[in-house]
Amino acid sequence: MSCLQTIQDYGLRALGYGERLLPRDGFTLCEQVTLIGSGMIWNIYFGVFALAFGFLLATALGLGKASQNRFVRKSASWFIFLFRGSPLFIQFFFGYFLFLSLKQYAPLFDNFSAAWLGALIVLFLNTAAYTGEIFYGALQSIPKGDVEAADAYGLTGWSRFRRVIWPTMLRLAWPAYTNEAIFLFHATTLVFFSGFPARQQRGDALYYASYFADKTFNPFIPYPILAGYFILLTLVIITIFGAVNRHLNRHLPRTDTPKMRLRFNLIR
Amino acid sequence: MFEYCVDPPSLEGLAWLSCYLTTGKHMAFYSAFGTVLLLLAITAPAALAFGFGGAMAARTRIAPLRWLGKGYIAVVRGVPDIAFFLFFVIALDQGLEYLRHKVKCPDWQEPIRQGSDFIVCQAAKIPLGNSPQWVHEVYGFSLAVLTFAIVFGAFAANVLYGAMRAVPRGQIETAEAYGMTPRQTFWRITVPQMWVFALPGLSNLWMVLIKATPLLFLLGVEDIVYWARDLGSAKTPRFTEYPHGDWRIYYFLVLLVFYLAFTRVSEVVLDRLMARLTRGQATTAGEAQRKTA
Repeated sequence: MSCLQTIQDYGLRALGYGERLLPRDGFTLCEQVTLIGSGMIWNIYFGVFALAFGFLLATALGLGKASQNRFVRKSASWFIFLFRGSPLFIQFFFGYFLFLSLKQYAPLFDNFSAAWLGALIVLFLNTAAYTGEIFYGALQSIPKGDVEAADAYGLTGWSRFRRVIWPTMLRLAWPAYTNEAIFLFHATTLVFFSGFPARQQRGDALYYASYFADKTFNPFIPYPILAGYFILLTLVIITIFGAVNRHLNRHLPRTDTPKMRLRFNLIR
Repeated sequence: MFEYCVDPPSLEGLAWLSCYLTTGKHMAFYSAFGTVLLLLAITAPAALAFGFGGAMAARTRIAPLRWLGKGYIAVVRGVPDIAFFLFFVIALDQGLEYLRHKVKCPDWQEPIRQGSDFIVCQAAKIPLGNSPQWVHEVYGFSLAVLTFAIVFGAFAANVLYGAMRAVPRGQIETAEAYGMTPRQTFWRITVPQMWVFALPGLSNLWMVLIKATPLLFLLGVEDIVYWARDLGSAKTPRFTEYPHGDWRIYYFLVLLVFYLAFTRVSEVVLDRLMARLTRGQATTAGEAQRKTA
């Protein structure tokens, strides 16, 4: 079977299109690269949507933790503590079993025990908590002069937030946020190892990599392929976030642009 | 465990619960918390040792050793997280068996990889096929510890490498002016002073390490996640004296609370330690402490 044929059969296998059965023996390199790459669709799906929704909630959480209102501050702090203080792996398990039992009471929750929605919600809450803490830190370090200048211009309330505080917060938080984004994508590999079932063997990249490692009993081929994909993904994220970083800092002299320092992190 | 637990179906309320929570399997579940703590207790110093070695290698003047140190830091930190755990457990196992195979059976003719099989001679199997169950468990656990130590060692190496470079230049120069050799300078000046710079990074690493312990489950160790899944799943009266519905959500709630409490306690302790270490140091925090005192 030619490699092109393999790509046609397995390129979208993670979504359920193409060949129904996974290859069983005589695994070729092409099959491994194609299937693991097809699994990457899920990693990207989880990462992109969790980041997008998480960003909105994180802004609210960061502001909430810095709020004057005691109730708002306490609840935001507790939310952040809850999700940053416990392992994501346990959160996935807990979320899955929670959705399973909710399903018995209301048909509304039918889709929640499937990975595409349930795992996405857990990831979304998790990344919102981590990002919220980053945004809170950035809010605390907004230069006093910036806010005073805004006051002097007569900006108050929403327009002060929209024009001064929020852009400055983003600018300060961006390098740390980039790291968070990178390791959110790494964290997406946990989904199918934590209760959420891979229905009809539609899994993510790590799911297929470990499938091949189990079948061939040779970890030295699938895992480096997976690592290669992730390094590629990381480079893409760095490029996109780097462009945004330059945009956020475009009013500053070149030398003042905070360097994007890459710190790879582990499982949370 | 208690005397009244002879006939569980007849019990109700608290008495039933007290019997249910003290079955043999629940005892195994509780001791699995010990497994997690044991893993942390062994892995933390082991990772620190790996990290110290890595940082020293990355600083050395011998070029190949320096490349090795820097390569170790870069490669382990760059590869995605759990993939590393899944990879290393098999790779280490196969590597060890391969080495033993080469030593014990030098006149073995067939290839070791035959299609999907990894075949070594009987004498090279780790652990040996006829060894008791506990040897298998200890071996599995040691592999997990080694994997954790290698991965977290790279992170610790990065932290310590930075900390060693953060020791004020003046301190090193003074040591040199007193005629200390590089070795003496390293052990008497750099190492005692680097900890205050390393602690924020190391405490962060400790938090990440705590939160990585549930991954023991993926490495095939019977840890708290394994038991929570096992004990919590629905039980029918045919197979157990304590039938119940799907209680996994409560078991995982317990795990969640356990980890939250653990990280919270660690946070408080590490903050105290940081305050103790900054005392008398020539840093901003140390200066602030001196002024308030």
